Parts: sequence; structure tokens; C-alpha cells
Amino acid sequence: MDKSMDVGLREMKLDKGKKTREKLMFGIFTLCMSAVVIPTLLIIGFIVVKGISTVNWSFLTEMPRMGMKEGGIFPAIVGTLYLVLGTIIFSMPLGVGAAIYLTEYAKQGRLTRLIRIAVLNLAGVPSVVYGLFGLGLFVFFLGFGSSILAGSLTLACLILPIIITTSEEAIKSVPDSYREASLALGASKWETIARVVLPQAIPGIMTGSVLGIGRAAGETAPILLTVAAFFIPRLPGSVFDQAMALPYHLYIVSTQVPGMPESIKYGTALVLLGVVGVFFTFATIIRLKFKKMSQMK
Amino acid sequence: MGGGDLNFKTMGIVETDWKNLFEEILECEVFTVRGMLESLLTIVKPQGVESISPREKLENSSWNLTKSYKNRIREFLIEKIIFILGITALLIMGLIFVFLIQTGIRLFEDVSLGQFLFGREWYPNATNPRFGILPMIVGSLMVTLGAILISVPIGIGSAIFIAEVAPPKTKTVFKLIIEFLSAIPSVVLGFLGIVVLSNWVRISFNLSSGFTVLTGSIIIALMALPTIISVSDDAIRALPDEYKEASLALGASKWETIKNVLLPAASSGIIAAVMLGVGRAIGETMAVMMVMGNAVQIPSTYLESGRTLTATIAAEMGDTVRNGTHYNALFAIGVVLLIMTTIINTISEWVLHRAQREGK
Amino acid sequence: MSDAMNSNAIIKVKDLNLYYGDFQALKNIDTTIEKNKVSALIGPSGCGKSTFLRTLNRMNDLISGVTTKGEVSFEGREIYDEDLDVVALRRKIGMVFQKPNPFPKSIYENVAYGPRRSGVKNKKDLDQIVEESLKEAALWEEVKDRLNKSALGLSGGQQQRLCIARALAMKPQVLLMDEPTSALDPLATNRIEELITQLKKNYTIVIVTHSMHQAARISDRTSFFLMGEIIEQGETNKMFTTPSDQRTEDYVTGRFG
Repeated sequence: MDKSMDVGLREMKLDKGKKTREKLMFGIFTLCMSAVVIPTLLIIGFIVVKGISTVNWSFLTEMPRMGMKEGGIFPAIVGTLYLVLGTIIFSMPLGVGAAIYLTEYAKQGRLTRLIRIAVLNLAGVPSVVYGLFGLGLFVFFLGFGSSILAGSLTLACLILPIIITTSEEAIKSVPDSYREASLALGASKWETIARVVLPQAIPGIMTGSVLGIGRAAGETAPILLTVAAFFIPRLPGSVFDQAMALPYHLYIVSTQVPGMPESIKYGTALVLLGVVGVFFTFATIIRLKFKKMSQMK
Repeated sequence: MGGGDLNFKTMGIVETDWKNLFEEILECEVFTVRGMLESLLTIVKPQGVESISPREKLENSSWNLTKSYKNRIREFLIEKIIFILGITALLIMGLIFVFLIQTGIRLFEDVSLGQFLFGREWYPNATNPRFGILPMIVGSLMVTLGAILISVPIGIGSAIFIAEVAPPKTKTVFKLIIEFLSAIPSVVLGFLGIVVLSNWVRISFNLSSGFTVLTGSIIIALMALPTIISVSDDAIRALPDEYKEASLALGASKWETIKNVLLPAASSGIIAAVMLGVGRAIGETMAVMMVMGNAVQIPSTYLESGRTLTATIAAEMGDTVRNGTHYNALFAIGVVLLIMTTIINTISEWVLHRAQREGK
Repeated sequence: MSDAMNSNAIIKVKDLNLYYGDFQALKNIDTTIEKNKVSALIGPSGCGKSTFLRTLNRMNDLISGVTTKGEVSFEGREIYDEDLDVVALRRKIGMVFQKPNPFPKSIYENVAYGPRRSGVKNKKDLDQIVEESLKEAALWEEVKDRLNKSALGLSGGQQQRLCIARALAMKPQVLLMDEPTSALDPLATNRIEELITQLKKNYTIVIVTHSMHQAARISDRTSFFLMGEIIEQGETNKMFTTPSDQRTEDYVTGRFG
């Protein structure tokens, strides 16, 4: 063995301190990660364990009784479903339409940049502020009153920025060479968008939108001011009716009603978590499938 | 070529054009109405051109190079529909600013800006009402600061763990868990804050009540973490591999590389991540309203009760009279929140944009 | 040049000037494209040959800030006329790009894409078009058993021939090719060159190429572009053996760019 290599080897041995330091730091990072992951799993586990005994068929399908201290949470589930449906109807066409307009039709320049910044900003505006807006505009100014309609519109506004930005990203990620190929084959602009761009962008649009809708389903502050009813012992009859909703119901039973049995609180929390979980799982599946597909290429 | 006899052959296609239009709008490949429409359209196929092959037919049919009105109308209509959808969405977004400001500004007919922002007394329903939001501003800032102190170190540490330390499979699972954390509704976290965390705080610090600013900070920290982690993680992973390789090749350890090369290079992205986390913390409503006790006071320590701007709106809006001073005051609080989050978001966007321009 | 008078011209270009904003990319282009011939456009990169190719089917319309002045006529029809349908024009003048760009759809759907947009709905007609076009592009034998598999699973050379088949499906009069072999290996390049020689029986081909050998091998006529101008044009043989301009000679002998 020659000398210079020997020196090198000795230096490598001296690096022990370096290694220990690295191990220590990596240990700290692992702890940080645990400080996020463990509470999350605990939260989910806790609610599932405490709530699972309450959640049965009658809890899901019965009306609340005895000042909500007994019975089920059926109207709250139905109310949330109505709100989610309304939110989808109002937000999807507008959001995706706006994204198509911004990426494919609008002249790219200062104005579109400004619009993009504004939309990004709106995504960061607190949900309670959207509630205020919905109350002022939909409930009072347009006279919808406290209703499913007003609530859906408010939630739709809340998630519009999310849908616009994620859709825009998905549409932009479709390579221009596809657009060129389609146009060169004598397809019109809209044909190109509908046949080539959108089919490619749909998984991205769906992932973002489903996550957004899941968020809307779990929001309390915006519906607090625009639709939610403390307690209605019947189902809403029209879009102009007030409705109960799961998140608001959880807020009510956990803070506003003294002597509420624990089981109903945990049961409601579990059902709400389940609804959000369904949306989350759906979005994750779409994304993973899409990822697999693009990896196969 | 291109004579009148060829135009005759285009007629079949021109005739079905309105069906085409209808089909275009519905049939975005995803909807698979195609099968139905296809069979429908085959029935109305042009007649009397069987003698030539479909490709020749195709060749002949497109000889008319002048724009057809139907095509022009179709593209025009579709463009206008998309334009209207897009503009409606954007107008609604613009309306949010206008509407809030317009309503909020009316407060200042009754109360001065100074009284509003720096007044320490909030008695909206007294005979001599006061609308000072300083306690709430302080409450919001305190809970945000507390949340950031907790979440930033943990968040950056986790981001490094995900980006550089964790094996790929662990990474995927952890990222999924973090994403789910961000999807948990705040009312659920607030609920757990009441039944679990507040008790823990009360017992640990030997307090009479566990509904404190600290309790709020811990919950908000948990809610801000996913944003901080994912944006920082993106920033670290967006760095070119060469940075890392160059440093490792020079004999630096993995940790030295992270500390001396990756973190400084990703600093803009990490700052943006923290800013976005701040924005999330300031705007959070339900959880803080449920666990902070909502006393209108300037808390002197983190172990006292406090109230945030957001909680004030959510808690009191139901009791107001439309266009009354109280109503306007809550809108004015909304404007304050809007301004705060806009500033925070603009800064973080700017930082991110700059980071991208620097070509990292 | 007397070629401009040639009655066999399918595309005539007169006094064409093109600007990207303030930058003039094409200067006073005068040329003709002859029917059933292969015309090669050569020149150093950035000389405007691709830009010129894209004026012929108005693909430059997609780039904002481009202004075009002058006359380009296709079969006697001025293509920059206000009332000309660009979509219809592109059905008559097909294009193949530098990088193979099949859609992420099946092989069948790639070829059927154009005809479908032109209103062909009948499955039998489509089948026939797909088969004919793939045969014409010399790809049929290789893919006939997997027409419903993704086009992205094909090799680069196959993808490019699929793109040619896709353009041929419309039975265009002219096929524009923008450096169609620059992303391919020599073997695949060879096959495409063979294909081009066969295709000229039925189609007029305009090809941009960075390889002078390719131009010499496959083209009948060549135009040499330099800094947005056509320096010299004419019979390929003559251009490569006895060029009349010194700059052309420098370029074809490899002393240039």
C-alpha cells in the first residue's frame, strides 16, 4: 500500500465525530417527523376507537331526539350531502372554465398574471371571511336567506381558487407538442382542448377538485353564517331551506349543549372524519393511478 | 380540383354539423356518450358516395378552404361560453374584495380607525358600544406566534427527513399521513382540543382552566405543519442533484451537505413555506374559537384565555342586525384579516417567484 | 429564376416577410413548391427555415407577436386571406414534427384522430383509413396486431412513422416535415428517408433538414436559407455540385456554420 492512501485511510477514521453528529441530527429529524405523524395517527385512532361503538345504522339514519341527546344524526348527514352536491355544481364548471380560459384562450400578459396572483391570494383568505361574504351577498343582498343555496354558493367560492389553480396547473402540464399535433391535423382549437388537452389534464383536475370538495365538506365557519341550523327535526325540502350539517353539528354538540353524552360527540366526529376520509381516499387513488399511468409511458 | 361537384360531397357533412356541435360539447372523451351518438350519426350518413374510398371522400370533402359559418359559429359559441364561465368565476373573486371592503368601511362612520384598531374595549352590545379590536389583534398574533414557534422547527426537520433521510416507501406513507392531517376538519381538531388537549394543559400547568392561548397555539401548529412541510419539501427537492453530488464528492457528510448546501439554497422556498403557515394560522377559526376561551382581554401570558379576530366574527355574527354598527364592525374585522393574509401571501408568492427566477 | 413560372407549382410564395415582434425572421422570400417533388430547406440553425415551413400551414399563428406580410398561395388560394379557414387548410397541408409526438392514445386512435375531427364516424370507414395510412407509412406490418395498444410503447422511429401515418390519414396534398429524423438513430432515419422517397409519388413533401447529406439523398429541389433569406434555390443536384453562390458552396462543403 502506498503512503498517500494510508494518509487518506487515517483521515477516514478521523471522521467518526462527523458520523456521530450526522446520526444525531438525523435522529432529531426522525423525532420531528414522529411529532407530526404520531399525533395524527393518535387523533384518527382516538376518534375511531371512541366513536365506533356509537356509529351504527340507526345512528346514521335516525332523527335526533331529546334535544339531540339521543337518536341519530341523519339530517346533518343529508345536509352535508346537499351542500357538497351544491358546491360541486357551482364550483366545478366555473373553476374548470376559468382555468381553461386563463390557460388556453386569454392573452398571456400582465392582466392574466395579476389574475393568477389574485386567485392565489384568495386561496389563502380565511374561510370565515368567505362566510362573511356569503352572508352579505347571498343571504342578505341576493335575498336567498340562510339556506342550502347560500351555503353551497359560499363553499363554492371558498374552493374556487383551489379548483382554478390546480386545474390550471394540470392543463399547463399537457405538453404543447400535443396541441401542435392536433392543430396540424386540422382540429379546431376547441376540438384540440376537448380531445387532447382535457383528457390528459382530467386526473390532475380531479385530484385537486376532490380535495377541495373534501375540504368544503368539513368546513364550519362559512356555513355557520349562511346555512346552518342548530336543530331541525326534519329534512330540508328545498334549496331555500336551512339545513343541519355535520361539521356544524359537531361544533354544536361539543360546545353549545350542556350534558351532551360523549358517545354522540365522538360518533359525529367519526362520521365527519369518515366523510372527509372518503374524499381524501378518492383523490389519492386518482393520483396514484395517474402516476402509475404516466410512469408506464 | 375544388370545383362545384366536390362541394356537393361536403353536403352530407355540413348537414350533420349541428349534431357535431352538440356532440363536441358533450363528448369530451371522458363522458363516453360517443357510442350512443355514433350509432345515431351513422343513420344520417351522407348517401350516394359509396363508389369511392373513405379516404378519398375525406380528401374531397375538405377542398373548400373558405370558413364555413357553422364552424365559425361553433368555435365562437364555445369560446364565449368558456369566456363567460371564466369571467364569472373571476368576477365573483373580485366581488369578495369589493363587497367586504364596501361593508366594512361603513363602520368608520361611527368609529374612528384609531379607536377600532387600537381600542382595548370591545362592548358591541352595550348602550354605549365600544369597538376596539386590539385584544383580538394581540390574541391572533400571539396564537400565531406560538404556533409558528412550535411548527417551524418541527416542520423543517420533518421536511428534511422526508426529502433526504427517509427511504422511498416510508416517504410515501408519511407524506400521505401528513396530507391527511391537512384534510382533517378544524372542528374535529377543536373538539379534540376540548376533550383532550385542554385537560392536559390544565393539569400540566396546574391551571383552573385549560382554555388558553397555548392550547390554541398547539392545535394551530398541528394545522400549519402540513403546509410548512410540503412546501419546504418541494423547495428542497427542487434543487438540482448536482448541488448535492458536488458536496458529497468533496467529502462532506450528508448532514454537512444538508446544512451547508441544501438548506441555504432552499431558503427562499422554506421562508415561503413559513409565511404560508403563518397565513393558515391567522385565518384559522373554529379550532381556536373552541379551545381558547374567547375572553376579550390582552393575554399577558400564553396560559391565559384569549380571543382571535376570526373567532370574534364566527361567534358574534349570528347576533348582529344587518347593517348595524356591530355588523359593519365584524365586516371591518374581515377586511383586517383580508389585508393581513393578502400581505402574507403576496410576500410568500414573491419569495417563491424570486426563488424560481434564480433558476434553482 | 425561371422555376417560379413552373405550372406544376402547388405552393407559391411571393415577397414573404415575417416578424417576431421587432425581429425580422424572414426577408423577401420568393419561392415555389412543386407538386410531387421533395423540396428540402437547408441552412444553419436560426436561419428561418423552420419558421418558413410553419408559414405554409399557418402554424405560426399560434405564436403571439408574429406578423406575416406577403403572399402565400396554395393551389391558387391565398392562405393568409381573412376568410380562409385555417382548420381546413391544415387538413390539406399536413405536418410532421421534429420530435415524434404521438398522442397518449392507442395507435388506432392516433391515426383516426384527424378523420374523426373531419366528421368520419363510421367504424368501417375508419378501419379502412387506419389500415391504408399505416400501410402507406410502412408501419402496418409492425403494429397490425396491437392497434389498440398505447402509441407511446412504440420505438422512436416507429412513433415518427406513426406521426407520418397520422398526417397521411387526412390525405393531404402537401406534407411538411420539420427535421423529422433529428431525434432518431441512423437505422430509423434510413427507414424514414426510404419512406419519403416512396411518398412523393402521391404527395408533395417539404422537408427541413439540418443534414446536407439527407437533403442530397432524398430531395429534388433545395433552398438554402441564411439569416432569414433564401440565398440560392434550385435542382438539388446542381446546388450540391455547382452552387452559384459562394456562401452556398461554403455551407454545402462544410466550411460554414
